[in-house]
Amino acid sequence: MSTRKKVFWWIGGAVIVLYALFPIAWIISISLKAPSDIANGQFTPTDVSWVNYSTILTGSASDLFLPSLRNSFGICLIATAISCLLAMFAAYAIARLDFPGKRLILSTALGVAIFPVISIVTPLFNVWRQIGLYDTWPGLILPYLSLTLPISIWTMSAFFREIPWEMEQAAQVDGATTWQAFRKVIVPLAAPGVFTTAIIAFFIAWNDFVYGIVLTSTEAARPVPAALGLFSGASQFEDPTGAIAAAAVIVTIPVVVLVLLFQRRIVAGLTNGAVKG
Amino acid sequence: MASIEMRNIVKQYGDGFPAVNDVSLDIADGEFMILVGPSGCGKSTLLRMIVGLEDITSGDMVIGGKRVNDLAPRDRNLSMVFQNYALYPHMTVYENIAFPLRLSKTPDDEIRRRVTEASDVLELKDHLERKPANLSGGQRQRVAMGRAIVRQAEAFLFDEPLSNLDAKLRGQMRTEISRLQRRLGITTVYVTHDQTEAMTLGDRVCVLRKGKIQQVASPRELYEQPVNLFVAGFIGSPPMNFLPAAPEGNRLNTPFGTIELDERRAAKVAGHELLLVGIRPEYFEDASLVDEAKRPLGSIFRARVDVTEWLGDSQYAYIPYEAPEAIRNQLRDLSRELDAEELRTQAIVSIDATSRIREGREAEFWLDSRKVHVFDPQSGDNLTRDAEAGARLTQMAEEDRVEQVGEAQAGGHTVTGGGGGGASRAGAA
Repeated sequence: MSTRKKVFWWIGGAVIVLYALFPIAWIISISLKAPSDIANGQFTPTDVSWVNYSTILTGSASDLFLPSLRNSFGICLIATAISCLLAMFAAYAIARLDFPGKRLILSTALGVAIFPVISIVTPLFNVWRQIGLYDTWPGLILPYLSLTLPISIWTMSAFFREIPWEMEQAAQVDGATTWQAFRKVIVPLAAPGVFTTAIIAFFIAWNDFVYGIVLTSTEAARPVPAALGLFSGASQFEDPTGAIAAAAVIVTIPVVVLVLLFQRRIVAGLTNGAVKG
Repeated sequence: MASIEMRNIVKQYGDGFPAVNDVSLDIADGEFMILVGPSGCGKSTLLRMIVGLEDITSGDMVIGGKRVNDLAPRDRNLSMVFQNYALYPHMTVYENIAFPLRLSKTPDDEIRRRVTEASDVLELKDHLERKPANLSGGQRQRVAMGRAIVRQAEAFLFDEPLSNLDAKLRGQMRTEISRLQRRLGITTVYVTHDQTEAMTLGDRVCVLRKGKIQQVASPRELYEQPVNLFVAGFIGSPPMNFLPAAPEGNRLNTPFGTIELDERRAAKVAGHELLLVGIRPEYFEDASLVDEAKRPLGSIFRARVDVTEWLGDSQYAYIPYEAPEAIRNQLRDLSRELDAEELRTQAIVSIDATSRIREGREAEFWLDSRKVHVFDPQSGDNLTRDAEAGARLTQMAEEDRVEQVGEAQAGGHTVTGGGGGGASRAGAA
């Protein structure tokens, strides 16, 4: 690469990083401003204040925020686990077996993934109330599966296709049943794919707002994004901006931690050495 | 250990294309059988049908007296080495080799004993705790073999196991496989497109073409008594030369002069107008270097040499010749089918390394007419094949095999002892 090219790449990269990180920096800055300081007309807080954090963690908003944080974690983790497990079997079948309707399954999955959530949420609200799923964890896990399963099947079948057929055939010749070959050879090899899929699925569920606000009414099942919308200021003349910003920062933390934690797991190239190199 | 019998095996793909067409082949217990042919001849498909990874469209596959058509691969108790080795990258070498034993629920100490034994034989002792990704190509190949020999399989199946190695390593592993097979005395089926491997490893070689068996015979018989043009052209490197010839009594008129045939062969070729004579490169010689005693056994001709290749121990000369259009087309088709692209009709002749024949000059060559074969250009059949002589060669190879197996197994103990000593010496160093 020539020097000019390098400079170009560096500047381009810096612009993109700034563009992506500026809103986050801004929201961190707001979360550190005291309510009276929010309209101070500058980017940084005049004085760093932790009052917003204490409001949502121990103060008046904690009744709203803490249970919803627990709900969000529980519901998203369960939805992710179920969708990963189901997607693993589905993707394996799609990648390995030839059966009629294979393309249909994939295109249906894609159709479900791009179907606008807002158009089914009202009928779902009615149905859920009738059958008693309204405002419960399963009442959110089920719709979340419809969001996460299609994308999980797509990503995982791509990973399964990467695994050489011979791996499995070798296992079968070595005396493994189809199930043993799947469990002892294919799943360990697909682990990076499973982790990647899990993270994507978790984010999708974690970020959902529409289902969360419509299908819940109390802290029994309300997830964080919905709870944020219900924050209110200390008085009716005061905006809850600071508290919302603080909550947004806290909600971002698990996502960052998750990515850092599994970053090493996601590295491709685990199949190195399986075949000639 | 078991024999493998195939009766009228057919493999038809969904579009009706017969990849393997009516193959019947008996592989004796302990025999080393090679399946060889150009790419697309169905040899790998046949192997995969033996092991159970491909369904058999029709016919019977009998292993050890039992029909196995409908058995899953794991119930056939065969072990296989794949072309790309198919090692499990997430397991250590030890676990890779132990995998078949773990699946059969062998006790741990038994596993340790057998894996150690296998890794001693293959000199993998120092690498047992490493992952396949960190091994060289040859080491990976040996791990794949270790996984195959660690359990008492009925037969070994190899699918072009050496094609990913460089030439030097390939030679080493070839002798290694041969020694191992003799010592273990296990029925082996080996697929290759490399004719050096076919000639050196096999007790018998099965030449396939478009899913059909052409000839099953010992390497010697294939070389000396090929059944048709295809086998003659496929076996041997550089390949056999095919010259157009017109018979005239006991003689054949070729671009390289007339060739005298003996009574038996002359009788067989009578009645044809145009023939193809097959002459191996080594049946030629620089005329000035031929013994006086040998001279009358062949014929002498003059020809212009196009190119010479001096290789130190041998020398090849390329002599272009004219051939009728029909013959040229046929030879081109044949070479294409053999995965080669012959651009011009030329003969490759092997001459003594000391010969002073120069490129671009006319020179005198001698041609040993005793061993030439004559083929019918239409059907490709070898008209002068001596089936009895061929059968004798294969019979001899069979006797050799029995003797070698006996020797290898009797001597196997000393070999094991020596190998163990070698390994411990390596450990000490």
